[in-house]
Amino acid sequence: MADASIPPIVQVQALGKQVVSPEGPLTILADINLSIAAGEAVAIVGASGSGKSTLLGLMAGLDTPSSGRVILNGIDLTTLDEDGRARLRAELVGFVFQSFQLLPALTALENVMLPLELAGHPEPRAAAREVLARVGLSARLGHYPNRMSGGEQQRVAIARAYATRPKLLFADEPTGNIDTATGERIIELLFSLNREQSSTLALVTHDEGLARHCARRFTLEAGRLKNAT
Amino acid sequence: MNTVAASWRNLWRDWRAGELRILAAALVVAVASVSSVGFFTDRTQQALREQANELLAADLVVLSGSGIDEAWRDNARAHGLATARSMTFPSVVRLADRPQLAEVKAVEDGYPLRGQLRIAEEAFGVETVTRAIPAPGTVWLDARMLQMLGVRVGDAIHLGAAQLRVAAVLAYEPDRGGDLFSIAPRVLLNYADLPATQLTRAGSRLTHRLLVAGDKLQLERFRAWLMPRLKPGERLQDIREGRPELRSALDRAGQFLGLTALVSVLLAGVAVATSARRYSARHLDSVAVLRCLGASQATVVKLFMFEMLWLGLLASLVGCALGYAAQAGLAYLLSGLVVTALPAPTVWPVVAGVVTGLVTLLGFALAPLLRLKDVPPLRVLRRDLGALPPRGALPYAAACAALGALMWWQAGDNTLALYVMAGTLGGLVLLGGMAYALVRSLNVLRQRVGVAWRYGLANIARRAQGSVVQVTAFGLGIMVLLLLSLVRADLLRGWQNSLPPDAPNQFVINIQPDELAPLRAFFSERDRPAPVLYSVVRGRLATINGRPADPDEFANPRAKRLLEHEFNLSWSAAPQADNRIVAGRWWSVGDHGGAWLSIEKGLAETLALKLGDELGFLLGGSELRATVMSLRSVEWDSFRPNFFVLAPPGLLDEYPATYMTSFFLPKDDRTLLGALAQRFQSVTLLDVDALMTQVRRIVDRVVLAVEYVFLFSLLAGLVVLYAAIQATQDERLYESAMLRTLGAGRRQVQTGLIAEFVTLGLLAGLLASLTASVLGYVLAEQVLHIAYRFNIWLWVAGILGGALGIGLAGTLATRFVLEHPPWRVLREI
Repeated sequence: MADASIPPIVQVQALGKQVVSPEGPLTILADINLSIAAGEAVAIVGASGSGKSTLLGLMAGLDTPSSGRVILNGIDLTTLDEDGRARLRAELVGFVFQSFQLLPALTALENVMLPLELAGHPEPRAAAREVLARVGLSARLGHYPNRMSGGEQQRVAIARAYATRPKLLFADEPTGNIDTATGERIIELLFSLNREQSSTLALVTHDEGLARHCARRFTLEAGRLKNAT
Repeated sequence: MNTVAASWRNLWRDWRAGELRILAAALVVAVASVSSVGFFTDRTQQALREQANELLAADLVVLSGSGIDEAWRDNARAHGLATARSMTFPSVVRLADRPQLAEVKAVEDGYPLRGQLRIAEEAFGVETVTRAIPAPGTVWLDARMLQMLGVRVGDAIHLGAAQLRVAAVLAYEPDRGGDLFSIAPRVLLNYADLPATQLTRAGSRLTHRLLVAGDKLQLERFRAWLMPRLKPGERLQDIREGRPELRSALDRAGQFLGLTALVSVLLAGVAVATSARRYSARHLDSVAVLRCLGASQATVVKLFMFEMLWLGLLASLVGCALGYAAQAGLAYLLSGLVVTALPAPTVWPVVAGVVTGLVTLLGFALAPLLRLKDVPPLRVLRRDLGALPPRGALPYAAACAALGALMWWQAGDNTLALYVMAGTLGGLVLLGGMAYALVRSLNVLRQRVGVAWRYGLANIARRAQGSVVQVTAFGLGIMVLLLLSLVRADLLRGWQNSLPPDAPNQFVINIQPDELAPLRAFFSERDRPAPVLYSVVRGRLATINGRPADPDEFANPRAKRLLEHEFNLSWSAAPQADNRIVAGRWWSVGDHGGAWLSIEKGLAETLALKLGDELGFLLGGSELRATVMSLRSVEWDSFRPNFFVLAPPGLLDEYPATYMTSFFLPKDDRTLLGALAQRFQSVTLLDVDALMTQVRRIVDRVVLAVEYVFLFSLLAGLVVLYAAIQATQDERLYESAMLRTLGAGRRQVQTGLIAEFVTLGLLAGLLASLTASVLGYVLAEQVLHIAYRFNIWLWVAGILGGALGIGLAGTLATRFVLEHPPWRVLREI
């Protein structure tokens, strides 16, 4: 359980997700309860198909649950519509994805500027340059994603995630699509930025090495929370 | 495997999955565009064929400018053939003081020998067939004439010196054909009333016809007898010739509209290629499975080819049905210009439509589909295998070949087809280059706009190739519409403004020498300046440097026509203000009375005449030979009387002459015309204002028809847009999901999409306005020789129209990106 002295930034209460399949209703998540304190780094682990990415999506307000609720920074996501959740994401949340998810039409600099502008930052260009310099990509500001290596793309994605100094960062298999050596440098960058900005990190992974960097881990099995350490 | 049956199943499945809709829509638009023109020309050509002898009102017609020889008539009768005479000429019909220009036709009993007249009791009333002709003392007027004069059946009108009663409305006369070239409305009267009108004195612009009909063999004998007896200016017309001028005008109109329709085919082809590429990409997995299960490459090719064949056939038939419906619109727009009752179409336009559909499909979709056979079966295990290989030259070559074949077919003429192909290619490269430059220039703008607009602009720049195609497609469509509407109106206004406000708008021709003094007195009584009178001697060009000037030796139709008709010769001591000597010299006083001529430059070029040539003119019964001393350029649009052939004073004195003059009459001062027509009944009045109004009416109709056909190209442009949106559907879903993941609201995503399509439309409008302005400038400066006036509305209409139209269409077509929750999209892609 989270340290009771620090208020939780994420609270998940009796969360469930069902979808309709040709064979009838299919339960992906059932009765998930957890909370994450501000400043914590937690890992959500589990086998493929255990529902970890679905949980991440629900916690980030990218999808709506079938039952239960998610409270982010004291705000119940189920009371918000899609635009309300988008606003909350712009103010509070950063993302790093397994497949980088950079917008191919935009340059590295423009990709990082995007969340800054959406959050109404007064100097998006300068701030984006600064954070790209922090991840070591000052020389590649005008490059498009398809001209960059996997490691470079993930560094742009991390810069994009931290550019708005989010209170909460969600990462979905951040090293899944890159080689081991590059992956280690990415992990290092992710955690050092997390420490610098005192943000909360929730990451989904099946990589034990990555999970070990986190203070706590939640293990999912067939859509149910089996273990919380 | 029964590939035919399997291809039907595939077609049904792919259709339901929405994979083929854009492809089918593109084909439907292409075929509808081509077949609407096809149906229309088919019906008019059939009408011309069916009514060929009706169009002559006889089996054989002898035409003459000077009169029908009684011997011809006697000989025809001796052969047992029926005959009837008719005479046509332009004149003025008056009701009280109101004059109206008319095409007068006098006919004898028996007319028409083929076909029937139809009359009515009131304008546009119930028509009845009649074997009669107007009784002596009466006329039949067509409905247009009735309306223009404001008369009714039973009223009396004046024609020359005669007063005649309107006895019926002339609803149809077989040898009218269509009123393509008869600018003035018709007056039909009895031949016996001609002398009373006093309109047929020497020098009038009369066309005499002897209509002949009867047994084929006897006709041939009569023809053989007559041919060697015909003098210059006399000719035979039979059903083989039909109405050549009408037929060639319609052929040319059909050719032009057909080529116009190919613009839609070209754009539809782009949409077909885009859709086919996406279709192939989405069928990689199923082809891999088929191959894995043992299907040969040939089976795969057959399967998809059959599926496309069925789709092509069905879409082409739907296109033909739409084309038939659209053709009714075209026939309506051109209804005043072609024969009224059109027969049902033949099956040929359908065949042509289906061929167009299949050729377009084959040319633009074949290459991407053929690449499916190269998908390796191993793709079932490794999805990264078997992506479509990079494009080679084949797709472009196939598309060019398909389009080239269609152009050649529509043009029906190798040289024209080559010009059109080269022009299309050049125009597309130029437009495409400009569109590319515009699309590239957006990168500069991108640094200075907010997040949603940057996203929109970035999308245009990233899909540069597709964006260039769309900007070019829409640019082309909008440009043509701007040219046909605003630029045309501007040029016409500019040209009218370039004329002095008091440019002559009334011509009086056919003035007899004994009327000169009374005419001058008529003008001075009314305090009007004395008219400048020009003598006119009519003569035929018979020899050039002693050799007979034979129309058959000239390929140029204008040259033929000039040699077959009489010229108006005049004399002058000094060149007119708007004439300029371009070669040789103007005659001095010492040359007066000498055998010299000054020839208009254009005429000299047409007939290959040069300084020093000796021309022989037949004037009345005698021949005048004179030498070309100078060539002149003439400003015909000054509306002053001008002449192709001028002689020095004295040379033409001994030949019979009539006179002509021109003057300006304010639009509201028509009483003078009435008084003039009443006082000088044998003169012919030509009201240029009325002629211009009629010409403008014809031009407006033709322009409307072209605009109508170009609407298909705008429709095809929309299909290109939708095909491009469909091809980028997955990317768009993904990008929208990402933006929303990063915190963008629906409005911001939507603003991005609006920005993208409004900008595309803006660029297309900009391109269209620019090219329409440049073309307008070139037309004004080089062709019409008037000052070009910048028109801000051209730009406003082009840019605003483009931005709003394409902005709306594109935004509506991409609404789907807002309807998918971001997480689902990110997981699915």
